Amino acid sequence: MDWALFVAQAVNGLQLGLLLFLIASGLTLVFGIMDLVNLAHGSFYMLGAFIGASLAAWTGSLLLAVLLTLPAVAVIALAVEIGVIKRLYPRGHLDQVLATFGLILCFDAAALYLWGPSGLSLALPEVLRGRLSLGVVELPAWRLVIIAAGLGIAFGLWALIARTRIGMQIRAGASDRAMAEALGIRVGPIFSLVFALGAVMAGLAGLLITPVTEASVGMGNDVIITAFVVIIIGGIGSVTGSFVAALLVGLVDTLGRAFLDGLLASVLSAQAAETAGPAVASMLVYLLMAAVLAFRPAGLFPPVTR
Amino acid sequence: MTAARATRSIRPRLRLSAEGRITLALIAVFLLVPPLLAVLGEPFLTKVFHRAMILGLAAIGLNLALGFGGLIGFGHAAFIGLGAYAVGIPVHYGYENGFLHLACAVVGCGLFALITGAISLRTRAVHFIMITLAFGQMAYFLFVSLDAYGGDDGLVLYARSRFPLLDFDDDRVLYYVTLAAVAAALILTRAITRSRFGLVIRAAKGSERRTRTAGFDPQPYFLTLYVISGIVTGVAGFLLANFTDFITPEMMAWTRSGELLFMVILGGIATITGPLIGAAAFLLIEEVLSGFTVYWQFFFGLLLIAVVLAFRNGLHSLLPGGRP
Repeated sequence: MDWALFVAQAVNGLQLGLLLFLIASGLTLVFGIMDLVNLAHGSFYMLGAFIGASLAAWTGSLLLAVLLTLPAVAVIALAVEIGVIKRLYPRGHLDQVLATFGLILCFDAAALYLWGPSGLSLALPEVLRGRLSLGVVELPAWRLVIIAAGLGIAFGLWALIARTRIGMQIRAGASDRAMAEALGIRVGPIFSLVFALGAVMAGLAGLLITPVTEASVGMGNDVIITAFVVIIIGGIGSVTGSFVAALLVGLVDTLGRAFLDGLLASVLSAQAAETAGPAVASMLVYLLMAAVLAFRPAGLFPPVTR
Repeated sequence: MTAARATRSIRPRLRLSAEGRITLALIAVFLLVPPLLAVLGEPFLTKVFHRAMILGLAAIGLNLALGFGGLIGFGHAAFIGLGAYAVGIPVHYGYENGFLHLACAVVGCGLFALITGAISLRTRAVHFIMITLAFGQMAYFLFVSLDAYGGDDGLVLYARSRFPLLDFDDDRVLYYVTLAAVAAALILTRAITRSRFGLVIRAAKGSERRTRTAGFDPQPYFLTLYVISGIVTGVAGFLLANFTDFITPEMMAWTRSGELLFMVILGGIATITGPLIGAAAFLLIEEVLSGFTVYWQFFFGLLLIAVVLAFRNGLHSLLPGGRP
């Protein structure tokens, strides 16, 4: 096997995994604390991408774009939370998935109206366009930025939840909402805060990926399902679980797409491998999910329930 | 006294439940649509009603699991796609026998429902939603990556399913075959809800623990229901392939599953005719809205949110004798 290629693909997998974590951690927090399934979470990913690309083009500064995009996504998320999501907390999961599906239709149509059907690209500054040499392989600098940002956010999230007073209140609300309220924690604002925080992380993920792909309408709709796979594997409600599962899914997906053809070719005929390779690779993360569920129906890190 | 008894015995006894009357009225409407629209000079609208019946059939299938079993399947579009490819792939190789296509659709969808259902049903509630969603997406990506059958671009059907006596190439024949399938699915729904099987499902939907205590393991019942549900939706896919002459993986995208769920809710969940009413209303609203603006999905999304928040009983509840 070509080791340089393997390392490069593993880094790609790590990058995908960390992006997935940015999306999935918000999803799993919102579910763990508010018992809410939010299909429209992927829309914040799309909004982060579009708003970030527009602002970068408008201001000419990537840093400024990042600094303005995140609060913009937070404001939109808070408006959505107050306008629609709040009414869904007491409802059943069916109502939640349907209403948030309705939100997706609204967001996609609005993005189509504002930015049009063709994608929007984000040009990186010269410094970040280059490649960095890491011994065996050369990697695009931006990928390393994505990885650094992902790891930084993961650490920050852990610190927030495990080491701060707000984090303690979030954990209290997640493990027993009624008891937390009885102890004087105002759960309503915490809900809003966590919802906005999740949306901002998803928006950041969208912004980070835009220089690699580009912002396009409906880009959140595929990624949200993969994020669901991540939180199912990790155990719904567990941030640690979603971190481990996101890296697992990112690596399995990327390495599967890169190397499955070759692996199958050693067992099957070359032509059969060429047909089966992409087909199996595209299903790999779902098969992984099915395998995990067969042994642990509640996921790898089932949160301790009340 | 004797006269009264005499008249009572002569009068034909046809007592229909309210749901029975709604069913008959709906079937009558769909029977009369093609000739009426032909007279009115709007034959294009017949296509909308035809599509409404096909998607209605798919929604009836979904409602079996969703409405009566409480199983929120978010991957039912996969069954539509599998049913459609059950026509497309054999035709691609030159096999045009309709019975073969139907058998492939039933067996394929039944197996897919059995395998994914067995895994999904280890969980309930949110997990079930997400896992069915993921399996639906798995089927979607499988067909996107199968270049032999067109992959992303889809598969053009150069021949429709061939049956003795029934000429599917004639759109009118296909229309009434679809109507017959819808009527059969409505009868099946009614039969299931009234059977012992349906009673166990209803009990388990209410409380699995009590059902288990009463001596029934709900698991095989739910799995059977899920398989039946998948097959009914798969038959809709079989009809859809013949109707559109073109199959794409897009038919299986998870957003299509969301639309099917919306049809069921819009029409009236856990009613017999609700899904059909919902599918017809869905397509008519889509037809009208998309005539006004290309951004119609925005208003459609708002409508969906409004229905979920404020009109949870669905259109069925507005009909005379409809479920409140």
